[in-house]
Amino acid sequence: MIGIVGYGSYLPRFRIRADDIARQWGRDPETVKRGLLLKEKTVPGPDEDTITISVEAARNALKRADIEPGEIGSLYIGSESHPYAVKPSGTVVAEVLGITPEVHIADYEFACKAGTEAMFVAYSQVKAELVKYAMAIGADTSQGAPGDALEFSASAGGSAFIFGREKVIAEVIDTYSYATDTADFWRREGAFYPLHGGRFTGAPAYFKHILGAGRAILKKSNLKPEDFKYAVFHMPNGKFPLSAGKRLGFKREQLEPGWIVPTMGNTYSGSSPTGFSATLDIAKPGDLILLVSFGSGAGSDAFIFKVTERIEQVRDRAQKVQEMLSREPIYLDYGQYAKFRGKIIMNE
Amino acid sequence: MPTPRYTREIPQRYRLEANKCKNCGRISFPPRQICPHCGGRNFERTRLSDQGKIVTFTTIRVAPTQYSSQVPYSIAIVELNEGVRITTQVVDCKPEDLGVGKPVKIVFRKMYPEGKTGIICYGYKAVLV
Ligand SMILES: [Zn+2]
Repeated sequence: MIGIVGYGSYLPRFRIRADDIARQWGRDPETVKRGLLLKEKTVPGPDEDTITISVEAARNALKRADIEPGEIGSLYIGSESHPYAVKPSGTVVAEVLGITPEVHIADYEFACKAGTEAMFVAYSQVKAELVKYAMAIGADTSQGAPGDALEFSASAGGSAFIFGREKVIAEVIDTYSYATDTADFWRREGAFYPLHGGRFTGAPAYFKHILGAGRAILKKSNLKPEDFKYAVFHMPNGKFPLSAGKRLGFKREQLEPGWIVPTMGNTYSGSSPTGFSATLDIAKPGDLILLVSFGSGAGSDAFIFKVTERIEQVRDRAQKVQEMLSREPIYLDYGQYAKFRGKIIMNE
Repeated sequence: MPTPRYTREIPQRYRLEANKCKNCGRISFPPRQICPHCGGRNFERTRLSDQGKIVTFTTIRVAPTQYSSQVPYSIAIVELNEGVRITTQVVDCKPEDLGVGKPVKIVFRKMYPEGKTGIICYGYKAVLV
């Protein structure tokens, strides 16, 4: 059996409310919140980035896995906000975990899909019997341009998953990937904020790929929406995943545990992986879970997992996603938020 | 901080690796070549716990340039479970949240970047539990 042997997440403690962003730019808060189904989002502390978030998520994943960290043979981090343009995030994380030098490391990028990309490769490495255990992390501290719709959603957080053959808590039943060249969202080298195609990000981008991957993996695995206990879709805002789920034939209660975007925001590469982590927090042995990511550019990775008995033994060893979301958040006003995110021009 | 020194200090800064004296059993952190207690020169590597409590603390209101945007912030002496004391920033809280004896957890954070183009230095800080 190949699957996940440990999982863990990390979300920063700082938040900004959608109301405060809306007021800053003269938008009506109620209209924005209703339109995007977003209430607030996580904000990284001034000393947090994709590397520090990855470390904390990885530590939580290790707490839930009965393995020696040194047995991890591959470490992959997917992010669109790697702190360096040239110098891997993975080497720092591996050094903190104490798993160097005998480890294969790679940083991945594919907008919001980079996290599941890392999961896909980690799973493949274990399946090919190249390594005993492989760790995959999806983490981001993404930026939306001031006043842009993305500023209401772009947040910070991440999740880590260790794949292996022994002591599995969620078996991989099937995988499927779907990708085309679609210019729905991009950031050129050196540009501080990304650009996007507005309405073009919907039907020809998000929905085409999520629905394409979702329908294909259901067909490939010969499963129907009602066979699943839960489903998680990438969450660029509150509305898109609910709409995608409905169009694929899933009911609201199947989506609910992983639909954490209203209070977390869009953690990009950490979005659907953290929704999946929140779902594992409450899943029962035997449950089937569908996970479909989406990354602009564009593509989707789909996974079907089957939860095993072992999950009951390990899930309380680390903090759960809902606990991180509700643990005394520290709210920032827009000025503090702009300072934290480096949006204020300073003297050298 | 010059890059070679940063690289050399990775074990202590990233993993809280300390030296345990094979002669008297006491732990030195940061690791030393000669035991400050008995003069011993034989050590075994040990990793310190990520749990501890605040021994004393202070609030920084006038900071060095690298930290000036973070004021006011707190620096504490934290005693880890092994009895080793470290000086560290306590983050994700207001200065008034701190107190002597309060439990903390050690986390991995950015310390500072070397200007706009240099390396980013990482290390340990504490958060309240
Ligand atoms: Zn000694």
